[in-house]
Amino acid sequence: MTDVFNAIILLSNFVIVPGLTYGSQLALGALGITLVYGILRFANFAHGDLMAFGTMVAVLITWWLQSMGVSFGPLPTALLALPVAIAVTIAMALFTDKAVYKFYRKKRSAPAVFVIASIGVMFVLNGIVRFIIGPNDQRFSDGERFIIKARAFKQITGLNEGLAIKVSQGLTIGITFLLVGAPFWFLQRTRTGKAMRAYSDNEDLALLSGIDPERVVMVTWIIAAALATIAGTLYGLDKSFKPFTYFQLLLPLFAAAIVGGIGNPLGAILGGFVVAFSEVGITYAYKKFLGYLVPESWEPDGLLQFLSTDYKFAVSFIILVLVLLIRPTGILKGRVI
Amino acid sequence: MKKLLLASTLLAAMTGSAMAAGDEVKIGVLLGYTGPIESLTPDMAASAELAFKEASDSGLLLGGKRIVPVRADSTCVDSAAATAAAERLISSEGIAAIMGADCSGVTGAVANNVAVPNGVIMISPSATSPGLSSIKDNGFFFRTSPSDARQGQVLADVLKSRGIREVAVTYTNNDYGKGLADSFGSAFKVGGGKISITAAHEDGKADYSAEVGALSAAGSKYLAVFGYLDQGGKGIIQASLDSGAFENFVLADGMIGDSLIQAIGKDLTGAVGTIAGARSKGASTYEAMAAKAGIKKDGPYVGESYDAGALIALAMQAAGSANRAAIQSKIMMVANAPGEKIMPGEIAKGLKILSSGGDIDYVGATNVEFNEIGEVLGTFKEVEVKGGKFETIKIH
Repeated sequence: MTDVFNAIILLSNFVIVPGLTYGSQLALGALGITLVYGILRFANFAHGDLMAFGTMVAVLITWWLQSMGVSFGPLPTALLALPVAIAVTIAMALFTDKAVYKFYRKKRSAPAVFVIASIGVMFVLNGIVRFIIGPNDQRFSDGERFIIKARAFKQITGLNEGLAIKVSQGLTIGITFLLVGAPFWFLQRTRTGKAMRAYSDNEDLALLSGIDPERVVMVTWIIAAALATIAGTLYGLDKSFKPFTYFQLLLPLFAAAIVGGIGNPLGAILGGFVVAFSEVGITYAYKKFLGYLVPESWEPDGLLQFLSTDYKFAVSFIILVLVLLIRPTGILKGRVI
Repeated sequence: MKKLLLASTLLAAMTGSAMAAGDEVKIGVLLGYTGPIESLTPDMAASAELAFKEASDSGLLLGGKRIVPVRADSTCVDSAAATAAAERLISSEGIAAIMGADCSGVTGAVANNVAVPNGVIMISPSATSPGLSSIKDNGFFFRTSPSDARQGQVLADVLKSRGIREVAVTYTNNDYGKGLADSFGSAFKVGGGKISITAAHEDGKADYSAEVGALSAAGSKYLAVFGYLDQGGKGIIQASLDSGAFENFVLADGMIGDSLIQAIGKDLTGAVGTIAGARSKGASTYEAMAAKAGIKKDGPYVGESYDAGALIALAMQAAGSANRAAIQSKIMMVANAPGEKIMPGEIAKGLKILSSGGDIDYVGATNVEFNEIGEVLGTFKEVEVKGGKFETIKIH
């Protein structure tokens, strides 16, 4: 029986907890992408770099707070910096909308034009972040590192395998579960939310019913920027902040949004976890896990690893291609791209 | 004063020209004066020429002969150009031996195509590729810098002496990491050890938990990290400690530095590793000489270059002639024990002992000792993390 527990703990430590954490980060990011897609009708390639921008602001404020001697007890100081960072990022998002997207909206440009414009915004944000904070790794996490350490877990339970849960992992999963409900409540229950859905369904009809389109656009950017900053900061706390890795996140983020059904908020969350668990699950070596469950003579010689960890990013690609081939609307019915 | 200097220079020039060509021995200095390492080669060449000058000025070399260095450009990267330059040295300049070449690729090309077929020795001060250990050189190729494969061997020996029988290996995905992982792997297996898994990691990623998960699934207690301390190597160690996958680490030279201890903290205590170094006694003597001659004393491979030049001069003396094959037959004898130890700046002393039929053991700036295939073994420090810093345990 202990072997079964050992196997479960082993899998939790290396697959389930990291998968849940990464999935949460992807879900928050994909939610922003899907929202912009659903309401503004274009794939926002600048979203990864908007996350990087928000995180950068959070990092800078965290450093300032740390230098002032402010701390948040066992929790990372970055959480205190988060509200200000969100505000700055919202301002940035609204500014890009005014400076770039509004022009094309007035001209009623095709979605492809918006996509290309967003690539331009992506490069500019990319440059701004590198210009301000540099291209290197930045550490900004502080406070306690662990909720429970692997060694302590072993001592308490007497099992062979340890389970380590970092504070950043606990925070990510907790905050995500608190936050994901908010967009649904907002879209279903509030007047503005209903206006946004109406605008999404039919722009002209919404206009006729007296809905102010600029207000809808503004609220969309506010929500997307807030989600991007939170997702980015949590990702940075859990892993590390480096502008390039945020740019690379774009692929799993889009994979998540499309797998779930783009334009569908519930789909984005589901897609985030599907992509995260595929990446982690396919590249994990199951040798030790099976070693606990099967008799010794059955124990496999190989590592039982489906794909080398080098191919982690390929997993997102494969999922993306498969979904577009087999079910272009995504798991939960979204729009067809 | 100026006049005196001029006069003596003139005199020297006249005596130089007065001496017939028979009193000169030409030696090629084949280095990359243009190309990727052009900033290093002037000091390397000057170091070798310092040794030649020392031998010439003593007046003892083969009864008063002078060595004339002939520089030729290896380009470091263009094998065809390096081969042509070496051809010129051998056929039209008539050199007795070659000090060089520098980069591993061109060195292999020159050795295989020109030097060995013509029976001319080459002593490279800086080619470190393990591939050069297995070329068919008929005993004509030597090097005064250790092969990269050597560290793998030393590290395997260190683990064996500590009773570590099984490790997982992860390396940074480039030539350095791959080469080290290969040489360590084969040396460790020969010594009876077991490598449970060898996996590459990419530098510059945000998260290494997936890599660590795969490494730990193989079931070893020790993790050997052949990477960089400010890159993926650090990430791997951090992720290993975070997930409790590994607590014991084996580190190669790219991982050894105080910033790693600062980043990881006390959890790194007990990690073992190897790093090239261990300064020899001759090094400081040589540095003083180099500084006096206007050579950058801490430049890479300058000590090795001086030693390569000195070995050629001493072997010539031991052979009693500037004959190419005769020089080759004496290199091992002057470089290795037994015999009187010769430090840098003592070339005259060595020449004297050799001319009276004695035996010498050239130590030089870098503790030269050739193995049976004409390569130095180099010195490596075995280090362990103790009390928040890397402490040297032993010299290998």
